[in-house]
Amino acid sequence: MERPQDYVQRRVEERGVRLIRLWFTDVQGQLKSFAISPAELETAFENGMIFDGSSIDGFSRVREEDMVARPDPATFELMRWGGNDENAARMFCDIERADGSPFPGDSRQVLRRSMERAHAEGFTFFTAPELEYFLFEADRNGEPVPLDNGSYFDLTTADVASSIRRQTLTTLEAMGIPVEYSFHEDAPSQHEIDLRYTDALTMADNVMTFRLIVREIALEHGVHATFMPKPLTGVQGSGMHTHLSLFRDGVNAFHDPESPDGLSEIARGFIAGLLHHAREITAVTNQLVNSYKRLVAGYEAPVNVSWARANRAALIRVPTSREGGVDDTTRIEYRAPDPACNPYLAFAVMLAAGMKGIEQGYELPLEAPPSMTGFTEHGGLIDQAQLPQSLDEALDEMEKSDLVADTLGDHLFSWFLRNKRREWNDYKAQVTPFELDRYYSNL
Amino acid sequence: MSVLAIYPSDPVPELAQLLDLSGFIWKGVERPSDVHDLEPDEGWGGAIVQVGSDSDVGWGMLRALRKRDVPVSPLLLIIRGSELQELELRDELFDDFCLDPFHPRELEARIKHMLASEIESITGERIEYGPLLLDLETYEASVDSQPLDLTFMEYELLRFLAASPGRVFTREVLLSRVWGYEYYGGARTVDVHIRRLRAKLGEEYASLIQTVRSVGYRLGESRRR
Repeated sequence: MERPQDYVQRRVEERGVRLIRLWFTDVQGQLKSFAISPAELETAFENGMIFDGSSIDGFSRVREEDMVARPDPATFELMRWGGNDENAARMFCDIERADGSPFPGDSRQVLRRSMERAHAEGFTFFTAPELEYFLFEADRNGEPVPLDNGSYFDLTTADVASSIRRQTLTTLEAMGIPVEYSFHEDAPSQHEIDLRYTDALTMADNVMTFRLIVREIALEHGVHATFMPKPLTGVQGSGMHTHLSLFRDGVNAFHDPESPDGLSEIARGFIAGLLHHAREITAVTNQLVNSYKRLVAGYEAPVNVSWARANRAALIRVPTSREGGVDDTTRIEYRAPDPACNPYLAFAVMLAAGMKGIEQGYELPLEAPPSMTGFTEHGGLIDQAQLPQSLDEALDEMEKSDLVADTLGDHLFSWFLRNKRREWNDYKAQVTPFELDRYYSNL
Repeated sequence: MSVLAIYPSDPVPELAQLLDLSGFIWKGVERPSDVHDLEPDEGWGGAIVQVGSDSDVGWGMLRALRKRDVPVSPLLLIIRGSELQELELRDELFDDFCLDPFHPRELEARIKHMLASEIESITGERIEYGPLLLDLETYEASVDSQPLDLTFMEYELLRFLAASPGRVFTREVLLSRVWGYEYYGGARTVDVHIRRLRAKLGEEYASLIQTVRSVGYRLGESRRR
């Protein structure tokens, strides 16, 4: 047995692990899991574990097919939060077909493939997401009731929310997911946790783990955590602003000390690529009907396809590098994604769009002026293209995109479009409270 | 085995013979710039400097070896009795010394002793440093008797750093020695794993691993201090 596998085997024995959960992701970014016992570990490493993929979103094919989950020993971690007194550990898996070839519906391998393409050019892709979410009272029949502007809850909620967040942070750190910042967001009951950058594949794994930890710890306190992009009308939604950087030979490829603004040609190409393809990748970074309720003017969410250093309404923000020139902090922040995305696919399309800009030498449009609020009609010289206004529009854009088709691969690309069209059509046929309110009594 | 830096580059026959017979791999360094220019990828494994008649040049060489981001260590100094007073206040420039003219047996014993104490901590079955304990047989790691649950690469990185306390490793060296192949993340991967290790060590012990600005990382202080 190879050393990393041997290491996992020994840890399982030493720590008395009784259940090993094998994790993977469906096309929508939902975490899937099945458990094996320590006795099955050796087989799992050698041959992978066979499971029936036909009931999993994006895995089903014309005929039923057995899938093989092959655990990645580098991702072995003990699950160390409250309810897991059973001594469980987890590993992420790559999904293969029975013949050992990579399964094209496996989004983890989509990201791996994109990163390998970038790596062939010498680049490593790093991401650092800022994850926002709301805490609501549980058991309110699916109705979101904030903790800290609720009624009787008022006296104790500050304690509950801060104790939940403290426990979440400790658990994340113990799971090897370092946290950069955490704070209470503007909206009632909204929280934000910023993760420290790491390579995009590890980060996508981290986001999956993060969402589970946040939800489970909230549940232990009798509270419901949600990553729904816009759970409340009239207050800002939850985004997943993602900081992106490329490194080459251990050096930040976005930084150029010679250039007046510190941005390298590579950074300019990457930003141009993201802007150029922004409308095409939005269905992936914002995949729900509800996502587009967040992407509206007036709630600190991006609307226009623009970039800026000093304008927080822009789609891409270039944060000021630290004074004194610690060059490796140069990065760009892509502000469209929301935390309900599939992080593997979202990171993969962001990388592909940026790389395309570098390869094709796209010209960077002018920067948005600091005063542009994101919802003025005429911004002068700035390219005023808007992000798609609905899932429907986003899917139309995606369908035309060679870039997205090429990044996701045929199987995933067509499954995603089919599934999301269905979601849109279901939504379109709904009579909403808005309509009843507005029309019912007067017409 | 790692390469020793030897000054002068054309050592006296007794020393050259001793090194060759004992199977040490070495490279001569003649001028201070050689310390950098001739350094092997994995860094120098140690140095032996014989301060000869032109002692200023010899001391210059010592400074080149020690006054750098990653000081060469361990370092054995061979020095004449008449120069002994020069050692005062220069502790930081060497780890051990031997009087010149030397007795080949004594020199051999000193070299071996000096290098052995370095090697011992790597080949032993346990590595202990302060509150940190690594069992190399079972892959168990603990700090202050609390088990640390590490991923494989976190464990390998911690083991490598803890085997040479106080020694500074560049990211490139850590990448080539710990990961051992061209890894996805390049040298930046090292930073990421250090963060994760610190996160798992917890607030109290995170500072066991120190960042040496724009150079690399080290774990704790050298045992020799």
